[in-house]
Amino acid sequence: MIETVNLTKKYGSFTALNDLNLSISDGTVFGFVGQNGAGKSTTFQILATLMAPTNGTAFVNGVDVTKDPEKVRKVIGYMPDFFGVYDQFKTEEYLDFYGASYGLSAREREEVIPQLLELVNLSNKRDSYVDLLSRGMKQRLCLARSLIHDPKVLILDEPASGLDPRARIEMREILKELKTMGKTIIISSHILPELAEMCDEIGVIDNGKLIATGTVSEIQLKLQQQKVIIVMVTRDMEKTIRFFEDDPDVINVQRGSNGSIQFGYKGSDEDQQMLIKKAVMADIPMLSFKQLETNLEDVFMEITKGVEEG
Amino acid sequence: MKSTLINPVLNKEIRLRFRSSKSYIGIASYLGILGLISLGFIGLTLSYDYMGTFRPEESRSMFLLISMLQLALVIFITPGLTAGVISSERERQTLPILLTTAQSSTAIILSKLISSLSFLLLIVFATAPLYMIVFLYGGISPSNVVASFSLYAFAMLVIGSFGILASTIIRKTILAMVTTYSVAFFMTGGLAIITLMLTTFSYQFYNQGTDYIWPFLFASLNIPIMFFSVFEPSVMMEFQSMSGFGFSPWIIFFSFYSLFIVGCLIIAIRKLRPNMKIKSKS
Ligand SMILES: Nc1ncnc2c1ncn2[C@@H]1O[C@H](COP(=O)(O)OP(=O)(O)OP(=O)(O)O)[C@@H](O)[C@H]1O
Ligand SMILES: [Mg+2]
Repeated sequence: MIETVNLTKKYGSFTALNDLNLSISDGTVFGFVGQNGAGKSTTFQILATLMAPTNGTAFVNGVDVTKDPEKVRKVIGYMPDFFGVYDQFKTEEYLDFYGASYGLSAREREEVIPQLLELVNLSNKRDSYVDLLSRGMKQRLCLARSLIHDPKVLILDEPASGLDPRARIEMREILKELKTMGKTIIISSHILPELAEMCDEIGVIDNGKLIATGTVSEIQLKLQQQKVIIVMVTRDMEKTIRFFEDDPDVINVQRGSNGSIQFGYKGSDEDQQMLIKKAVMADIPMLSFKQLETNLEDVFMEITKGVEEG
Repeated sequence: MKSTLINPVLNKEIRLRFRSSKSYIGIASYLGILGLISLGFIGLTLSYDYMGTFRPEESRSMFLLISMLQLALVIFITPGLTAGVISSERERQTLPILLTTAQSSTAIILSKLISSLSFLLLIVFATAPLYMIVFLYGGISPSNVVASFSLYAFAMLVIGSFGILASTIIRKTILAMVTTYSVAFFMTGGLAIITLMLTTFSYQFYNQGTDYIWPFLFASLNIPIMFFSVFEPSVMMEFQSMSGFGFSPWIIFFSFYSLFIVGCLIIAIRKLRPNMKIKSKS
């Protein structure tokens, strides 16, 4: 279980996390989505006991990170967004060192390390120097390292960032396997579709605030409730914008390039028909009225846009 | 049992250190420098000696020369070996991962200290054969050698503890090094100069018949002067009689620096990880 309660982090006067409340139940794979600088890594560093919150607190497996960080460390596997390796270590020794650091006996290490190397597909690199591994391999090795003490909770900060498409897919396969092992996983990304497939729940963070949370299908439902519509006009831009802004179901009208206007629409299909009819009657010189094919990423963009303006 | 004796961090540090060729080059050049200077000294002494022999007095001054030189090298090398141990892991981004393991802050700091100092101790012990030459010609006792080696170890601990503290609280290795070198040079050269300057005032006090404790105090805190006094106690005795203090300068020396070592290490251990407790707003 992972829970944050009014989690707040300030860097000087800048608020990176603002009263963040999360609740992730055991065995859930939780996707934490947000744009660059949204506060994902900050949240993860607090969960990993690497940083103290300014206010509020977080619980991992029922343990308060501000009260008993030692206990939290034993149950989490943390993979930072950027990390280094001890370059003079070989792959196996690298894992062996961290295993020992978690107090695993030599026999336990001997047993678990080959399994982990197998899991992350690095068995053939057992004797390579860590420094000579490719970026994707290092990333997988770091994931294996975070699993060495068989933690209940995994905190993975953009584990697939900087990887090529093939390596991304490999990483996703490994994570799916971890999910079947029943671990509670919180994983961040700024690309929503990447997470959608393997996450049970998604939280969207923007400017340090949690702005949407729910299952992937719930988020998809939100997407259907809010359509994105693009209207093309030849002239009378101002008049057109005023016309659509007057409709109660229209939100967030924006002027696009070369005569296009974009807005969110939350009315029903019948309302939409009426809107088109009214527009024609009002002499709006429409060339086209188009509902955007939206995918999860658009929803995400929409959600974050709304917040920025509100 | 074994795993509690050999801490994994210590084990790793020692293994990695001996894997790097830099370490061997370091040992070799250290021995080279010391060996060349000793041989040069013997050569020079012999060429000026009308009898063409190496006498015990000469052997003794050579011992003093090697010992002081070695102390200088220890003071010079310790900051370089310790001031990067934490900050370089921070710079190479291996520190956050290490800090999320189950290793306690105490274990990490002490392992780092022990591993860097044991490397330096190894270098110093590797110079032991040089002392054999001195023994061969006489003039010094084994207890002199033991005393000097113990003082090397103590000097390493003093400067090394500060180096680790600097490395923990200063983010950049370069800055931590500069700070540690400054402190090390102040403790050695700086304090010696202050002692010297204070001594120049001593005659005034002597004439007035009052006690003058400052040169004694500063000299007691100066590692090279104290080291020298093991072999040539006269200077220190002079300071002591001037000060009117009855007790040994070694009491001041060891109590001050023991507190210093413990203080540095405790702060480093406290500061290694963030204090997770939320500061209550006042
Ligand atoms: N040490 C710091 N000092 C000052 N500001 C910081 C510090 N660390 C992060 N920030 C700021 O806090 C905000 C959140 O940063 P954070 O790293 O949590 O974002 P993120 O969601 O992980 O972004 P990304 O997708 O780029 O990794 C950013 O605006 C960042 O500039
Ligand atoms: Mg980040």
